This record gives sequence, structure tokens and C-alpha cells, in this order.
Amino acid sequence: MKPEEARSVHQIDAVVVGAGLAGLRAALELARNGIEVAVLTKVYPTRSHSGAAQGGIAAALANVAEDSLELHMFDTIKGSDYLGDQNVIELFVQEARKTVYDFEHMGVPFSRTEDGRINQRPFGGHSSPRACFSADITGHVLLHTLYEQCVRHRVHFYNEFQVVSLVIEDHVSRGVVAWDIRHGGLHLFHAKAVLLATGGYGRAFKITSNAHANTGDSLSLILEAGLPLEDMEFVQFHPTGLYKHGILLSEAARGEGGYLLNGKGDRFMATYAKEKMELAPRDLVSRAEQTEINEGRGVDGKDYVCLDLRHLGREKIMDRLPQVWELALNYLKVDAIEAPVPIQPTAHYSMGGIPANIHTEVIFNASGDVVAGLYTAGEASCLSLHGANRLGTNSLQDAATFGRLAGGRMADFIRQAGFSSLPANPLDRARDRIGHLISGGNGRERHALIREELQQNMTRHAGVFRNAEGLKQLLQTVRELQERYRNVRIDDVNHPFNLDLMEALEVGHLLNFSEVIVEGALVRTESRGAHFRTDYPKRNDQNWLAHTLAWKTDSGVHLNHDKTVVIYMDRFPPQERKY
Amino acid sequence: MKESIIVKILRYQPEKDQKPHWQTYRLDVPADSTILDILNEIHWNHDGTLAYRRSCRSAICGSCAMKVNGQNVLACETPMHKFRGNRLKIEPLPGFPIIKDLVVDMDGFFDKLQRVKPYMVVDKPIPDKEFLQSPEEFSRIRESAYCILCGACTSSCPSLWANENYLGPAALLKAYRFIFDSRDDGTDERLDIINDRNGLWRCHTIFNCMEACPKHIDITGCISRLKNRVVDNSL
Repeated sequence: MKPEEARSVHQIDAVVVGAGLAGLRAALELARNGIEVAVLTKVYPTRSHSGAAQGGIAAALANVAEDSLELHMFDTIKGSDYLGDQNVIELFVQEARKTVYDFEHMGVPFSRTEDGRINQRPFGGHSSPRACFSADITGHVLLHTLYEQCVRHRVHFYNEFQVVSLVIEDHVSRGVVAWDIRHGGLHLFHAKAVLLATGGYGRAFKITSNAHANTGDSLSLILEAGLPLEDMEFVQFHPTGLYKHGILLSEAARGEGGYLLNGKGDRFMATYAKEKMELAPRDLVSRAEQTEINEGRGVDGKDYVCLDLRHLGREKIMDRLPQVWELALNYLKVDAIEAPVPIQPTAHYSMGGIPANIHTEVIFNASGDVVAGLYTAGEASCLSLHGANRLGTNSLQDAATFGRLAGGRMADFIRQAGFSSLPANPLDRARDRIGHLISGGNGRERHALIREELQQNMTRHAGVFRNAEGLKQLLQTVRELQERYRNVRIDDVNHPFNLDLMEALEVGHLLNFSEVIVEGALVRTESRGAHFRTDYPKRNDQNWLAHTLAWKTDSGVHLNHDKTVVIYMDRFPPQERKY
Repeated sequence: MKESIIVKILRYQPEKDQKPHWQTYRLDVPADSTILDILNEIHWNHDGTLAYRRSCRSAICGSCAMKVNGQNVLACETPMHKFRGNRLKIEPLPGFPIIKDLVVDMDGFFDKLQRVKPYMVVDKPIPDKEFLQSPEEFSRIRESAYCILCGACTSSCPSLWANENYLGPAALLKAYRFIFDSRDDGTDERLDIINDRNGLWRCHTIFNCMEACPKHIDITGCISRLKNRVVDNSL
């Protein structure tokens, strides 16, 4: 298919895929630099899942207690279980304060201290109250403010556009192909620079805090383009998912003083993290919860424990945690002022993603060679800032800071670059894929059933605790599901707002990168951060202080562990991680 | 525990339907299902042609506002047991053009927001750190900042049904959020915009918007305070 056969061909300097915090912050930076930028997003920008982040955005402002960049850096390194690249972490903490003040100047309504400065609260793994917040809707107000500023700066929005292929040849990015969800039809975006900021991949799991949209589309497209993903086995499970639903109850609930109770009514964190208690990092708290549940100390012997806010009192709960209170009431009929709230670990954050250097440029091998004109930021990326485990409130900061830096970097690139030529048939891959799903041949498989099986098995075997036997079984299951997926047929054969088609495409993506998660987890025979192997329960720096790069090949997943971790041995040498 | 329910959905498939029509589904669903769970059950396991918007599942993204048994609600946070008799009637948000099934065209809604200059305007010098704002000043804008732009309020407003050029409650609330922000310097211009003949005087204090708001924002109260502010300013 020739480019002119697309419903529309757009030539524009910069394309940003995804309209969460990273994508919008990059788009704003590009627009402030006078660059024409198009944002492609599956949902209206204010619907992006950054808006569901509740507790805060980390920056060592020292507004309510002593704090320093050095301390923020150390906390993040320790939280990452020493897998985070320390040069990236250093840049991150240096830029974090600027990012927050810039947000404030844009009009973000932050909660305030008595003397009128941005208020800050404690968060897990941070040794000082560092989370700048707006009640418990921090992500929501950041997202809406950014959208407002993007509109003001005339960013071009293509709302309800789903990217279906990346146009990359000879390690040069040339643009993307997207499906117009509302009207149907393919669009070709020919761009000098492309940013992939599609967020996380939590939808591969049954119990997850992620939105329906968080299906890791760009990660799967990277694999299809023959490029690698990094550290995909590191998936964060958040300790306070609403029981059965997985919906997030903010860590701010513990930051404000909430307790975790087991079936006996004990604050069980005393057994696992005597000093930090409920404010230990998420990986540790989730394992503690799962251990209590597995050993029969869940509530009523069931698979949940409780978050207890009662001692905080009505006033504090309604002032600081109104969303937490309302979610518990609406979904579980529990009034958190009167009763403890049932919770369980929930797949929450993807530490792994598209490998990039410190400048957000996508790289394609362990020596760091870049794909020209291709960038990534936020949860979709792996720079690697969070290593094996992310600290709460570092994600909003990551998305915003590296979104901003990516925008600046792209602007510099665009000023000196021309448009790279398009290949002869840039739409073929996208057209074939959509055509196959809509016509369907003799297929009889339903994508929703395949997805459900994938999610259940991923939560069961690639969850908080993993082992070789379960992972091997899971790998087999994923491959069988991939086979079945070839025979998917969708019910809806029309073009406008075809939700059936959208979801079928997404299930294909989930299956594609899930295999990489599982292979990575199976091969990494150690426990580090969020990746815990019951058959290898210790961290093993001698063999595994390295990043995973993974490619999809015709013969399965190809793994490589040559990418070293950047460590400042004189300042932050690896130590045992205790809280 | 499963329960049998009867769900009537207003369907409209643009490529074959002249106008919207009702389709009935009979299902067995878990007793604690939300409206979104039920739509997903239909879409995933019975009829993939059904279209609707959804994303976060936790009442913060604003995608899934629709009309259920006569009320504008967010499908994701509304349990089916809010309605008696295990009979549900689900329609797209009224007052918006239908694209397909429960999916409506929100472009006009977002365009109206743009009319009130929905961003902070700052004329004063930018400080090195933050602008100072007292907790009291913050509390004045806090409630309005909860708005998730779901459109439930605007869809329920009779004044808007009567005059489609009226800004409507969501856009006025957005104006409020900046006009009452102690840091903003764009107040006079915004007050002029909302004092227009399609502006806040079209609000007749009917309170439908407040009833519809899933975030329980006192929208009518905010609009009343805007009216007072406009009057004060003109004195």
C-alpha cells in the first residue's frame, strides 16, 4: 500500500505517542521551543492514567523537614535494589525541584503549608517527607494543568488515535502509522522525531491498578521492529490494591499514618521492616502481605489483609484522603472511618520498558547505539531510573522530568535534522494486521477469553512470588495463547469506533511482551527488588548486577545481559537492603 | 453469587441504523457487578459490536459517563444494585451527538472549555521557588480542581438543552477554578467572557448539574459565587 492510500498523510516535525504526564510534558516543551508537535492518544488526554496517581510527586524541596539531593539519590538507589543507573538517578534528583516549581508556576493547585509553600508528606522508602501533593489527586491536577498548557501552546491533538506500527528502517525512525478510532482508517505520520510515551503494561495481569488503556502498545511495536526491551521482568506490585478489584488505594494512606493489619489484627510489618514498618518500599510490603496470606494469616483465612485508617479520624481522612475513602465506600461498601479496608497486592508499575540512554534516546544494543529520531519517556521507558523497584512518587516525577528533557532534546534534534525518506510501503504492516482481524478468515477464537487466560496465569505465576516451575508452565501457556490468537475473529466488522478491533489489537500486544516478561523472570535466577524467586531468594550481585535486554526472534526470545549498571562505587556501592 | 438481569441498551450503529433503537440483553452476572462490569460482560462474551468508552475503572478519568435508569453516572463506580429490580436501561449521555452506541461526540464540550481561557495567566515576575498561597486560598479552588471533565453535569443542564451556545456548568466551573486562584492574573478577562449572553446568566439554579456530578462538586454554588463576583466587579 502506498502512502497516498492512507486516509490522511501528515508531515510534522514531532510526534508524541501517548498523552499522559510524560507525553504532554514533552509536547509542551516542544511547543515552547516553537516546534510543531502532534500528540496521538488512544483516549482524550485528560483520561490518561497518570491522572489516577494519587499520593504525590517527589522532590527534595525541604519544605517541611530537612532534605537533600544526596538523600533523594540514595533513597532511589537503595529502593532500586542497586539496579538503577546512578548517573540517571543523579540527573533525576537534580532536575526534580525545577520540574515541581515549573508545575506550580503553570497553576497546579498544590496543598499548602501554613506559610504558603507546597506541602509535602512522607512516602515509602523516602527518608524525608518529599511527596509534594494535592490532597490525594496529585496526578489528576498535574495532568489537567499540562493539558491546559498544551492547548494554550497550540499542540495538535489527535484524540482517539491508536498507533499500530512504527516506521523504522536502518535504525532511523521515520514516523508512525495510526488507526483513527472514531472514524476508522489509517493515518501516516511522517516525522523527524517520535516520542514513545504510552505508559505501563499492567493489563497483562488479572489483579491490576492499571486502566484498560495500559496495554503497553509501543513496547510490543518496538519488539516487532526488531528492537529490544529492557528489564521487563521487573513489575511492581502495589501493596494496597482494593480487594478483588485491584484498584489503587494511594500509598498516601500509609504516608498519613495508616496501618496494615493481618487476620489476627496485628501490624504484621513489624516482622518484616521493624524500622520503616508500613512505609517500607512497595516490593517489601507486598511480599509481606502475600506471605501473611499464604501462611493463613489473611483476614478470615482469605486472600486479603486490611488497611486501617480509623485512628486517623474523620477530619484527616476527609481532608487528605477523600478519594481513598470514596473508592472503598463505592466498591467495597466499607466506610474507612469506621472499618478497616480489605486490600491485596496489585500489579501497578512497569520498571522495565523501551531502553534509552540518559538523553531519552532509544538504544538498540548493550553498547548504547541509538535509533536516530526515536525517544521514550515515562513508564514506557527504561532509562533505568527505577532499577528493580520504584519508590512511590518517583514515577510522576520521572514522567514529568524526563518528558521535559525529552522535549528539549527532540527540539535540538529537529532543528538540525531533515525528514528521513519513507519506505516504499509504510502502511502494509498496519493494513495487513487490521485486515486480518476484521475479515478473520475461519477463526473462531474470542480475544477477551485469551486475554482473561493470560491475565490469570500472569498473576498466578509471574506475580509477587515466582519460581522456575511456575514460570516454565506460564511460558508454555503464553505460547499456546499466541497460537490461538492467530485465529481470533472479531464480531464488529465496521470502522467507526470499533472497540472490538481496539481490544483485539491490544491483546496481541499483551501476548507479545508477556513472553519477554516471563523469559526474563525465568532466566534471572536471583531475587532483586520486585522480582522475587522463591527458588533463588537472595540477590546475586556477582552474576546478576546487570540489565536484561530482550529481543523477539523467530526462535523465541533472545536475552542478553551485557548492559552494565552505572554505579558510583565511591559514593553508592551496593549494600544489603534493609529497612 | 450470580443474579439474572435484563439490560436494555440504546444502540446506534452509524453504518446501518437510521436512528437509535433499544436492544435487550439477558445475563447472569455477579451480584456485586458495576455497570461497567456488565457492559464488559456483554462486549467480551456476548456481543463484540457494542461500543462505549472506559479506561481507569476508578472514577478519575471521566470516560464512562452515561445515563442509567434516568440518571447520569460513571459506569465504573456505579454498582448495579443502586437500581432496584435487576432491570437496567443504559443510554448515552443526553445532549451530545451520538457517534456510536454509548459513545458521544465530546468535541463541542472541550471546545467550550477553551472559551474561558482554561489556564493560569501570570503577569507578575516568576519567583525562584513557588508562588506562596495560603491553605485558605488553596481551599477556595480545591473542590473545583476535582472536576474530571466527564460531561455528566453539562449533559443534565436544561438551560443547555434550550440553548446549545450556553457555556454550561463544566466550562463555568473551569473559569471558577482560575478566577478564584490567588495566583492568577487573568480574572478580568475571564469575567468578561463568562458575563457574555451565553455565559453564566443562563444558569437558572436548577441544581441538575450538582446532582449529576460524580465528584459531588457544588457546581451551582460556584456559579452563584461567580455571579456575585461579576456584580461586585461592575460596581
